[in-house]
Amino acid sequence: MINLPLLPILLPLLTGVILMFFPKRIKAQRAVSLISTMLTILASVVLTQVVRTSGIQSVTLGSWPAPFGITLVSDMLSALLVLSTSILTFAVLWYSTVYLSDEHERFFYYIAVQFLLVGVNGAFTTGDIFNMFVFFEVFLISSYVLIVLGGKPEQLRESLKYVLINVISSALFVITVAYLYGIVGTLSMADISQKIAQSGQTGVLTVIAVLFLIVFGLKGAIFPLYFWLPGSYHVPPIPVLALFGALLTKVGVYAIIRTYTLFFYHETGFTHELLAILALATVVIGVIGALATRDVKQILIYNIVVAVGVILYGVAVMTRQSLEGAIFYLVHDMLIKAALFLLIGVMIGITGTSRLNEMGGLIKDYPRLAWTYFIAALSLAGIPPLSGFVGKLLIVRGGFEAGYWIGPALVLVSSLLVLYSVMQIFIRGFWGTPRRYAGKRKAVSGRLLLPAACLVILTVFYGIGTEFVRPYVTQAVDPLVDPSVYIEAVLKEGS
Amino acid sequence: MEIIMAIAAGVLVTCAVYLILSKSILRIIIGTGLLSHAAHLLVMVMGGLKTGDAPVIKDGVTAYTDPLPQALVLTAIVISFGVTAFFLVLAYRAYQELGTDNIEEMKGNDSYD
Repeated sequence: MINLPLLPILLPLLTGVILMFFPKRIKAQRAVSLISTMLTILASVVLTQVVRTSGIQSVTLGSWPAPFGITLVSDMLSALLVLSTSILTFAVLWYSTVYLSDEHERFFYYIAVQFLLVGVNGAFTTGDIFNMFVFFEVFLISSYVLIVLGGKPEQLRESLKYVLINVISSALFVITVAYLYGIVGTLSMADISQKIAQSGQTGVLTVIAVLFLIVFGLKGAIFPLYFWLPGSYHVPPIPVLALFGALLTKVGVYAIIRTYTLFFYHETGFTHELLAILALATVVIGVIGALATRDVKQILIYNIVVAVGVILYGVAVMTRQSLEGAIFYLVHDMLIKAALFLLIGVMIGITGTSRLNEMGGLIKDYPRLAWTYFIAALSLAGIPPLSGFVGKLLIVRGGFEAGYWIGPALVLVSSLLVLYSVMQIFIRGFWGTPRRYAGKRKAVSGRLLLPAACLVILTVFYGIGTEFVRPYVTQAVDPLVDPSVYIEAVLKEGS
Repeated sequence: MEIIMAIAAGVLVTCAVYLILSKSILRIIIGTGLLSHAAHLLVMVMGGLKTGDAPVIKDGVTAYTDPLPQALVLTAIVISFGVTAFFLVLAYRAYQELGTDNIEEMKGNDSYD
């Protein structure tokens, strides 16, 4: 069972390859990709349990000793993220089978989703910085395919910008890795951390830390680098949007967490303060965007930006409590964002528009949709029994205990405004006078609701079962506050 | 030698940034090509340009150049090649559909407010 961390990467990879042989047989495509994603979930559940019972799992490919070969490392953080990635990909695939037109599904949609899953799971699991770049490219190229699939003029227009931004940030990633390699002379993340600890974090390394923040901030949409996100995410179809909104920015966030806790934890005075300021600015910008728009997709897209800011603020404070909160919130946010995007997808499917001004009174004909959305919205804002609460509570408490007050206060105010922005959708879209709608997917709205509702139920359990989840999160924080745990687990095989 | 190469990489980045900030899509794509050249050159430079034989094991050779950056560059080259090919086709399709290659004319159509 020592190759267990590989399974969540290998399963979708094999599936993607197999699916290429019969791209036009839609039913087979659906069945194979659903079954294999189910298996991926199973593998990640087992992986999480194994990490829980016997500590960090690391596999060095090809039996080369640790700093020389590529290592795949599953600590609790990456295991949890792989698990939630697999679960929400399953829900999105299930939703896609109902939502997408046959025309869309015939052109390699499921193959691209499987490769996206390979890239994201790989980026969460890898223990090698250049390998992380490669996995980033794997999911980015899949995302280029997914964003442009369908070929509508606005998709072509926005994907040109999306591809350009990501090409630039990938080039910056290579440049940053080159600098880091020039200084420390190794690529294995555990070994880099060790070398930096030995030599001390000199000025050059702080510059590299900021470069990493720019690279991953471009992927994860933090404050001055978020400008591409609202336009690009508005154009793809809803299931693709749900995948992007839930996964892609979170990989950037994960990469920031990893590098800032494993590599650059020596001179926190500059780097982490910068991160905190940018994170808070991200929260503010996201909230302003979410309040300013009357388009359901845009409201949620700006809420992605808010969540990224909140999580990174938790990381920037760097106490045990705030990191715990950040991880709680990260997992919660992946699931709830996917659920919310799928839910507004049902709304758009019924009404045929994404503008709030043209909606109203949906609760009369679609009460289940309305109340599921209501719960999801409360959960996003962090109302106590639901899942967003614990994460934010820990982040805010961690912030206050570390002696800051502006940051936690901003996070608290942002929750209120986030609640306002998502309740806008509820009040304007679901209440009011019912209208006649002629959306294309009105007839299948019940079947569309099912996967979204499953995700919402899961997040409700995630919120109620905090006592059950807590030990996992505590274990995930261990290598973040004490990198030697991580380093020992990776390098033990070499010695 | 490293200094000259670093300056060359810097010049490449400068040209790339200038081209990426221009209006025509094709100039932007040429800019991304230059940017990846700069990144690849930089990886080679940062690995060190110490003289040594090509990293192929032979009898009687004691000093080799660092093989790792070469492998990294090889990987990065094929990735950027794939992405550039996709980008070019995308630009071609966009030109067909939108009838323009001017990025300034590709603004949002206010489908949302």
